[in-house]
Amino acid sequence: MVLLQNLINALQWGSFYALIALGYSMVYSILMLFNFAHGDIFMVGAYIGFGVASALIALTAMGAFALPGWLILVLTILFSMFLTSFVGMIVERIGYRPLRAAPRASAAITGLMIGIILETGNLALLGAQRVSFPSMIDTVTYDMGGVFVTNKKIMIVVVSLLLAGALHQFIRRTRYGMAMRAMAFDYVVVPLMGVPLNTMAAMTFALGSALAAAAGILFGVAYPVLDPYMGILIGWKAFVAAILGGRGSVMGATLAGFLLGFIEIFVAMIFPSTLRDLIAYSIVLLILVFRPHGFFGEAYSARLRL
Amino acid sequence: MESTSEKLSSPSMLSRINIRAWVSKVPLLGWLIGALIAVGLEMAIGTPLARALGLSKAPTLFGFLIMLKKPLLIPGAALYLLLIYLLPIGLIARFAAAALNRLAAILADFSTVFSILIHLALLYLALHLWSGLSDYRVLVVKLTLIAVIVTLSLNVINGYMGEFSCSHPGFMALGAYAASVFTVSLFVNDKLFGVAVLPAAIGPFFFPIALFLGGVAAAIGAMVVAIPSFRTRGDYLAIISLAFMFIVKSLIENLEVVGGPRGLGSQPDWANLPTVFVTTVICIWVINNFVRSTLGKALNAVRDNEMAADAMTVNTRRTKFLAFLFAAFWAGVAGGLFAHVLRYVNPSTFGIQKLAEVLAMVYFGGLNSVYGAIVGATSISLLGEALRPLEIFKWIIIPLLLILVMIFRPTGLIAFKEFDARQLIQPKK
Repeated sequence: MVLLQNLINALQWGSFYALIALGYSMVYSILMLFNFAHGDIFMVGAYIGFGVASALIALTAMGAFALPGWLILVLTILFSMFLTSFVGMIVERIGYRPLRAAPRASAAITGLMIGIILETGNLALLGAQRVSFPSMIDTVTYDMGGVFVTNKKIMIVVVSLLLAGALHQFIRRTRYGMAMRAMAFDYVVVPLMGVPLNTMAAMTFALGSALAAAAGILFGVAYPVLDPYMGILIGWKAFVAAILGGRGSVMGATLAGFLLGFIEIFVAMIFPSTLRDLIAYSIVLLILVFRPHGFFGEAYSARLRL
Repeated sequence: MESTSEKLSSPSMLSRINIRAWVSKVPLLGWLIGALIAVGLEMAIGTPLARALGLSKAPTLFGFLIMLKKPLLIPGAALYLLLIYLLPIGLIARFAAAALNRLAAILADFSTVFSILIHLALLYLALHLWSGLSDYRVLVVKLTLIAVIVTLSLNVINGYMGEFSCSHPGFMALGAYAASVFTVSLFVNDKLFGVAVLPAAIGPFFFPIALFLGGVAAAIGAMVVAIPSFRTRGDYLAIISLAFMFIVKSLIENLEVVGGPRGLGSQPDWANLPTVFVTTVICIWVINNFVRSTLGKALNAVRDNEMAADAMTVNTRRTKFLAFLFAAFWAGVAGGLFAHVLRYVNPSTFGIQKLAEVLAMVYFGGLNSVYGAIVGATSISLLGEALRPLEIFKWIIIPLLLILVMIFRPTGLIAFKEFDARQLIQPKK
């Protein structure tokens, strides 16, 4: 019983990691760079979601239009994904495009610094007090023979799996997806074949940020307290998941995100919860020692740009 | 340069070139003596002068704090800065340059070691007198010197070896806790470790041992990162080191013996300015020799092409292993100093934020360069203190600055430059 209950919690927790890890993984596959501002884009996405949701709820309350709660949630997710993708593009334009020719570590530093600017900017704009995410749908708890499942949990897992699946299809089926895969295969030659590098890079950042925004809103639905530093820890952990999944693999990042969620929840179940990070990261370290390129990553590494 | 300067006719350009010309004639000795005189002047007339200029007291940090807090006092603070610091240093540099050059030449001819020691003594004297005027300055100087050690040691891995290591806060934490446990358990009556075993009077003589133990603890911890580095490089190693940092932090949080998340306090007050200064100087000396040795050059070879280095008989495994342990050792020493300067540590000090700070210092100053590490650590820590009145906007300005540096000088301000003390003390022609 406890096992099943924790399995459901782990699925929910893992879906945040999976959605954020996808953003890291995509940027990495194309530019061979990590977008260290990604955790903070997740935070910005959550705040944008907060703004959009509050606006929609206020409009509904004023009687401009009558929308059911679930529709507001769907609209919030879509609209915030759209808005946050611009944040991603701006980050790419400022922090990554000028540094294409620079050593990779320099771009990592700009990403890190943009992350700090996003956190501080948020703090300066909105102040230090936490905001609580508006609740758009009522929680319904289903009792399945002792295992309690809420509609929110189901919604979170389903939405994140849907988004990951959509991304997978996008990369497999569309021309842009094909260009992205080609770029991941060879960063140097493919732009010479007429694939516009800048467009692809901006698009990758936009897609990743949109997913991060979705993760932010889902996070807000599950844990309705937002603060400017919420992106740091979850972002770095998702980064670990992206690496575990292997370079630029959508499936790998998703699975590794869920795996990290499982590891964390089950460690907390068996051991005192203070040991969670210790054991979770020791497992990650062991995995990387014995499988240095992650689960789905190929053995050739960042040789081209090192 | 000569031919272009003749063509320039605008007076401002000419005067700037002239300043550069006479600045280049001043030996290091001149700047140090100028600084010493400026500090002496501040001790003698600093407070009355500040009162006369309308300031409540002598500015602690070159007037930045006052200027940012009360814009009305900017003229007074600027004038103070000019009269106390810039004018004496400028005058000494301008008019005593010839004599000081001769003195520097005599010293350098007599004995290089002696001359270096004289320079260091002057530098220390200036720092000591300057920081003697307020406790705040002492803290700033100590923390800056510790930042230099940390940045330098991280530069060995990230600059000279070309890896992206995120584990330095973890090494610092290991050093800080190992050194603190040693001193607190032996010399302090404490709730956690009980009564002191040895009399506190002989304690300061054991402080180097405590720092050494801290370094060794960090070096032992570094094996966790160093051994995987044989098989993996780049991003995966970055993650391993990041995981290591999280593990150390979490481990300490769970060790109730050393206070757990509440932290460990009541370290004895032995990390005074001379100790920190001497440790920093030794660190710069040792690391500079290390990176200029065969081993240091082997590190560069491993960075540029590991396979080629292997073919050229570089033992890549041994090189990487030693470099990691060496860098971690100094990070541990810095951690030990840090713990004894603040006299309190807790695990959350050594988290992501510390990592961002140290990385910023390394990449701001410049990779593969001892000068760069010194400049980066000093400027970021002083900037952090000077911009303190801006509160959170400080954390917008510093990152912006760093982004600009990265865009225009991707490897940092002073990258790939050899540090040579012998050249530094030479008289300027």
